[in-house]
Amino acid sequence: MLAFLLKRLAVVIPTFIGITLLVFALIRMIPGDPVEAMSGERGMDPARYQQLLHEFGLDRPLPVQYFEFLARALKGDLGVSIVSHEPVLREFIDRFPATFELALCAILFAMALGIPAGMLAAVKRNSPVDYGVMGVSLAGYSMPIFWWALLLILFFSVHLGWTPVSGRLDILYDPPRVTGLMLIDTWLSGEEGAFRSAAAHLILPAIALGTIPLATLARMTRSAMLEVLRDDYIRAARAKGLSPLRVVVKHALRNALIPVVTVLGLQVGVLMGGAVLTETIFAWPGIGKWLIEAIHRRDYPVVQGGILLTATLVIVVNLIVDLLYGVINPRIRHPR
Amino acid sequence: MALLEVRQLRVEFGAPAHPLHAVDGLDLDLDAGEVLGLVGESGSGKSVASLALMGLVDPPGRVSAQRLSFDGRDLLSMRPAARRQLLGRDIAMVFQDPATSLNPCFSIGDQIIETLAVHEGGSRRALRARALELLKQVEIPDAAGRLDSYPHQISGGMSQRVMIAMAIACNPRLLIADEPTTALDVTVQAQVLQLLLRLQRERGMALLLITHDLAVVSEVAHRVVVMYAGQAMETGAVPQIFSAPQHPYTRALLDALPEHNRGQARLQSLGGVVPGQYDRPHGCLLAPRCRFAEPLCAQARPAMQARGNGAVRCHYPLDGTGASPGHPGVTVEATQ
Ligand SMILES: Nc1ncnc2c1ncn2[C@@H]1O[C@H](COP(=O)(O)OP(=O)(O)OP(=O)(O)O)[C@@H](O)[C@H]1O
Ligand SMILES: [Mg+2]
Repeated sequence: MLAFLLKRLAVVIPTFIGITLLVFALIRMIPGDPVEAMSGERGMDPARYQQLLHEFGLDRPLPVQYFEFLARALKGDLGVSIVSHEPVLREFIDRFPATFELALCAILFAMALGIPAGMLAAVKRNSPVDYGVMGVSLAGYSMPIFWWALLLILFFSVHLGWTPVSGRLDILYDPPRVTGLMLIDTWLSGEEGAFRSAAAHLILPAIALGTIPLATLARMTRSAMLEVLRDDYIRAARAKGLSPLRVVVKHALRNALIPVVTVLGLQVGVLMGGAVLTETIFAWPGIGKWLIEAIHRRDYPVVQGGILLTATLVIVVNLIVDLLYGVINPRIRHPR
Repeated sequence: MALLEVRQLRVEFGAPAHPLHAVDGLDLDLDAGEVLGLVGESGSGKSVASLALMGLVDPPGRVSAQRLSFDGRDLLSMRPAARRQLLGRDIAMVFQDPATSLNPCFSIGDQIIETLAVHEGGSRRALRARALELLKQVEIPDAAGRLDSYPHQISGGMSQRVMIAMAIACNPRLLIADEPTTALDVTVQAQVLQLLLRLQRERGMALLLITHDLAVVSEVAHRVVVMYAGQAMETGAVPQIFSAPQHPYTRALLDALPEHNRGQARLQSLGGVVPGQYDRPHGCLLAPRCRFAEPLCAQARPAMQARGNGAVRCHYPLDGTGASPGHPGVTVEATQ
């Protein structure tokens, strides 16, 4: 296990360096700079412009800027936002729970539907159920998130009026911040209707964000199940007189989940990417929306630090999932 | 009344227009406490027949029979749940490949306990104690330590002992063993077979022993059914069927035994392979490979006819000296 961890860490370090270089370079390739973005339409006199650039340290050579960013980041200092003058880390921590809540609900939604659907498709393979599940999941997989999110809003919010269009909570409520997770905080506040409002705000973004992982999980579960259902131990389990449900859910699914967990880890990256779009569309005050706004304002420190933190998160979660793989696979958990 | 009564068992695979009759009108009778050997070359339908008895042939495979009864109860008209209750409790099965017949995700103890829990119930502790007792009965060294082992941690011979422990857990009256030692090391084959026979005697179980090893059958079985291409070719009591085979196929199988062979090439007695879906002969299934074949053999399929204390499916059964009375020109020296 330790050797495994060290091996993974050896890959992680170059990955980090690559990410820092990439975000540093990419954000500067976009035309414009923070000062220009601040001045807006009116423009600014060149002397003042130069002075501000100097203040932000943006007039120095790029390599100097990069290495300074790297050196500070290593010490845990990601700088301050050019726009708000708040430390980047502080802003990230403020917004992280919103994204976490959204992503968690999205992946739970994907698992709750995707795994049973894939299981059902495998058990009823080549039946209308199978074709239905696979067809819908292919559609879900190919649907652009922004388009799908707009369809959901149009139907459920505008047409049916069931859910709010944007935000995390109705302005009527202001629960004390305990965990940062709105579902829990509203529930703890005990205020009538607050929890319902939080849930209503969450449901559409979670569905929009969870749809691609759902489709991936359904397909993955189906193929893993098909493989497992052919195995000898399934027949042996049936020969013991177990019910079909027990054979499928206990004996087959338990084995099929081993490859599915690996896929689950990869979904974290997909979720963070999707969160940028979903949060922007639903005005969800999380990391994704924050990063998009920072890009618009050319808020270099926020973009650099925010993406670095997000990438760290994705890598850490993947590492955890890899460890989880060892836990659910007895061949790794109980070596010979 | 026989414990197991099978009349005209048929199992078909493939399109209904040109089906493969994997089992084609098989009759079996098995008394309580009796050991019946089911022998035949690879592909003759032994495994499919045993799965049909267990009710484990999946669609699109089709099973039918004039009569399929266990202990006087008609298995075919039973509700699936009622039939499942018999499995693992009254009728148990041991499979060919023990290494893949145990579920890799659950400990050995858990898998034995599951059978007990499903059919008999009881507290976890009591079941665990019984599982331990069973492991001791199948002569697993350090049984207490093995209870929590996983299948990948034990050897093939050990796995087959575990499978046997699981099969006898609920004291079944019929045990079907499908080539229980074929996948094992030669050194442990005899031990596992001895174990199986000891348990059969001690518990008075009926044992359907499927094998292509005639030597084993001649030592342990009371009666033998010789199968070929889905049909029984000959049935008989054990000493007689080996001393005076009536069917050329039985005769050929005996000739192929090393101790009967006396240096002759094995294929001299029986060339070719079991016919498959498209090359099943119209007449006697064996005709193309039979050295005693007459024109009639290629035209009409012989019926099973009682002869002596057995039955044989042949137009020109061999007499007691191994000669073919229907074809006096060919005689074969008795090799015993
Ligand atoms: N699920 C299935 N679908 C189609 N054909 C099948 C299926 N199962 C078995 N068969 C065919 O039925 C025939 C009998 O197979 P079976 O496995 O019963 O032979 P066997 O006598 O057990 O041979 P072996 O000694 O190799 O175990 C073979 O021709 C096989 O290809
Ligand atoms: Mg077989």
